[in-house]
Amino acid sequence: MTAMSPAPETIVPEPEEGQPKVRDLRSWLPTIRDTVVAILLALLVGAFLIAISDDDVIEALDNLFTYPGSFGVYAGDVLRYSAEAVLEAYAALVDGAVGSGSSLRRTLERSAPLICAGLGVTIAFRAGLFNIGATGQMLVGALAAGYVGFTYDLPPGVHLLAAIGAGLVASMLWGGIVGVLKAQTGAHEVITTIMLNQVARFTVLYFLAKESFQRPGSDNLLSPAVADNATYPSVFGLHIGIPLALLAAVGVWWLLERSRLGFEMRAVGANPDASRTAGMSIAKVYIATMTIAGLLSGLAITMTLLGLQQSVTDQVVGSVGFDAITVALLGRATPLGTVLAGLLFGALSAGGLGMQTSAGVPPELIQVVQALIVLFVAAPALIRGLGRIRRRQKTATEAKGATA
Amino acid sequence: MTDVLDTPTTAAPEPQVRDRADVRRQVKLVVVLALVLLAEVWFKLQIDDPTVYQLFKGARSKDNLPVEFDGTAVSWIAVALTAVALLLAVVNRYPRGWAGVLIAVVVGIGFYGAFLMWAYADPSGTFAPAMTNPIPGTIRIATALVFGALAGVLCERAGVVNIAIEGQFISGAFFGSVFSSFAFVSLGAIPVFWCPVFGLLGGILAGMGVAAMLAFFALRYHVDQVVVGVVLVAFGYGITSFLLGQIPDGREDQFNNPELLQAVDIPVLVDIPYLGTALFGQNLLVYLAYLSVPAVWFLLFQTRWGLRVRSVGEHPKAADTVGIAVNRTRWQAVLLGGLFAGLGGASFTLSTGAFDKEMTAGLGFISLAAVIMGRWHPVYAALAALMFGFLRNLKDQLSILDEKVPGDLLSALPYLATIIAVAGFVGRVRAPAADGQPYQKTD
Repeated sequence: MTAMSPAPETIVPEPEEGQPKVRDLRSWLPTIRDTVVAILLALLVGAFLIAISDDDVIEALDNLFTYPGSFGVYAGDVLRYSAEAVLEAYAALVDGAVGSGSSLRRTLERSAPLICAGLGVTIAFRAGLFNIGATGQMLVGALAAGYVGFTYDLPPGVHLLAAIGAGLVASMLWGGIVGVLKAQTGAHEVITTIMLNQVARFTVLYFLAKESFQRPGSDNLLSPAVADNATYPSVFGLHIGIPLALLAAVGVWWLLERSRLGFEMRAVGANPDASRTAGMSIAKVYIATMTIAGLLSGLAITMTLLGLQQSVTDQVVGSVGFDAITVALLGRATPLGTVLAGLLFGALSAGGLGMQTSAGVPPELIQVVQALIVLFVAAPALIRGLGRIRRRQKTATEAKGATA
Repeated sequence: MTDVLDTPTTAAPEPQVRDRADVRRQVKLVVVLALVLLAEVWFKLQIDDPTVYQLFKGARSKDNLPVEFDGTAVSWIAVALTAVALLLAVVNRYPRGWAGVLIAVVVGIGFYGAFLMWAYADPSGTFAPAMTNPIPGTIRIATALVFGALAGVLCERAGVVNIAIEGQFISGAFFGSVFSSFAFVSLGAIPVFWCPVFGLLGGILAGMGVAAMLAFFALRYHVDQVVVGVVLVAFGYGITSFLLGQIPDGREDQFNNPELLQAVDIPVLVDIPYLGTALFGQNLLVYLAYLSVPAVWFLLFQTRWGLRVRSVGEHPKAADTVGIAVNRTRWQAVLLGGLFAGLGGASFTLSTGAFDKEMTAGLGFISLAAVIMGRWHPVYAALAALMFGFLRNLKDQLSILDEKVPGDLLSALPYLATIIAVAGFVGRVRAPAADGQPYQKTD
């Protein structure tokens, strides 16, 4: 399965260096348009799901089929109730995401791990690797950071650094295994990361059953929360993990665009054979990439553990590890894109909670919408087929085909 | 493990000049067998009181109580068998081909025996647990895995990577339950026995629906197949959980209380001691799984359609040149795979009960692992699925002995085995050449 690396035209943005600023922005327009259309389409499907699961709509539909004679009356009912249900749900979504100070805070808190883990997937994409392993990397990171966080009693600052360090190192090693296997044996990273995710889950379960990981007085597989000294300090009610996530994005941007290693990563991602011919060590790049990807995943889990003081369970990662992939795809494997996509998904996740509490729509709807967004984003041809803006686009793809 | 693909070299009985691959094979064998031997000796030495109890025949009842026996012999026989195999490997006389596989299986069974003797001896509590027959549980778990593995083999042989087996499972499980419940409650015309069969239809439709999405995005729009697969798993989890939450209170009977598949005894065969009930006293789905494996093998390797499928998976351009419609063939293979994956998904609900959120718990990924372990071959993949089912069942059986055997680490074994397999430590594992590559006709 050597050819499963993401198709370059869907991932890597248009070349942007050495061009005037205006054209630079214009080259992003199709990407932005495709993304917005994808989001709208996904929300449309979501609206359909909300509508058909609304009690009033179901009743009206029942009537519609029972009394086809009064089609006009009941069809109107169906439309009216659908519109009401959808509007109520999406209003709750927006309100839950950005409606108040506390919902905004929740959005940011949920975005931070998504951004970090998404960066881990992004950086792997650029080196031509598909890192599905964020979940596993985060789980072992949680185990290590949590253990240091709740077992030892260290002075403030030192304790935080020790916990972060432990988490990062564990995640780096877990990610690094994938790089080493890929470099030394050619084992495909998609398979090894999927498998290592499961191995990590059982490793966590194994340790959680141990005495030293048990929360005293609890029968569940649940660790104690980390000590206060090991948590991220808060500024304006937000823990400093959030600015840290943005710093990480800047770091990844610098690494990819300005450093030698980043150049090698992009080169290997574009064409491993040419890079080898040019004298680069593919093995080194694969190992370095996956190690850094692991590090970013580790940073992501510290947001949850040390930022929100959640305890270690096998569910601590939640869907973040998975959403990281979608965030990176939506962000077109660029650091800026990943940050924006992470914010969007954080907002959707926080808004989903609001939708559940005030409109009674299950939060799983958000999962469906997120999956659809990525599906539509990954198929730009589909979106263009739906839109009317085909002519200019066509010439662009023809030009690409001619050079390829 | 021996590499069955290496048979041509058996022609030379004693190679004069040994190539590096041959030496490497011997080293691997010696190391693995030595480790097995060490473990078996260690198991034996750990046992204080070799008395163990077994209940291999039937369920525990007043007339069928666990039988006590002495495990010493089992432990030593295992050690002896492994020692013989090790000796053969050391002098480089370990046979190749089927004889080698047979020896490996015998050593494996011996290891399993020695392990069980150690695990069940010296129980920590006052109550001594009895060993039970591993076959019923293995079959129960492996049914879904076999179907999933067949789905994976069909897709990947046609050059479409199918990460979405898990998504097909979860959708198949949900709609299997819904169709079966609905048939029972609302379609009075259907006899009770056929309600779960109607459920199977629901599972098939759901599995094929997800397969159609995979094919639509991967084949028509050339979206990266791994991306589609990953997204479809998330989509499957999301949509089934969402729909489950939408079933109104009090109407669970109508939508999520499936009528289960009845066990059907196959006459004569069911009376075989120890194996009969486990293998031939099962429900329709299990028999379908038995039949599907040779059927898929026949389809892939003995029919014209199978040749086409394999050719579009290996070299789509060449296939196109000789007039095979590449994408149409791929569509067919993916949809047929969806049928099998849907059946596998349906087995989660129609063999056990109501649908629950995320109830497939990553078994779809084990199916994927079985595809790789089975080297993209339907029969080997089914055997790998059977082995993973066995391991999972072993973990369930040993859960009462958690002090001695860390069940969670045992659960991780299939995944570790897969990593070892793709890393090339057990023979050559090669995917179809065009696996994952979209095909676009160029003028």
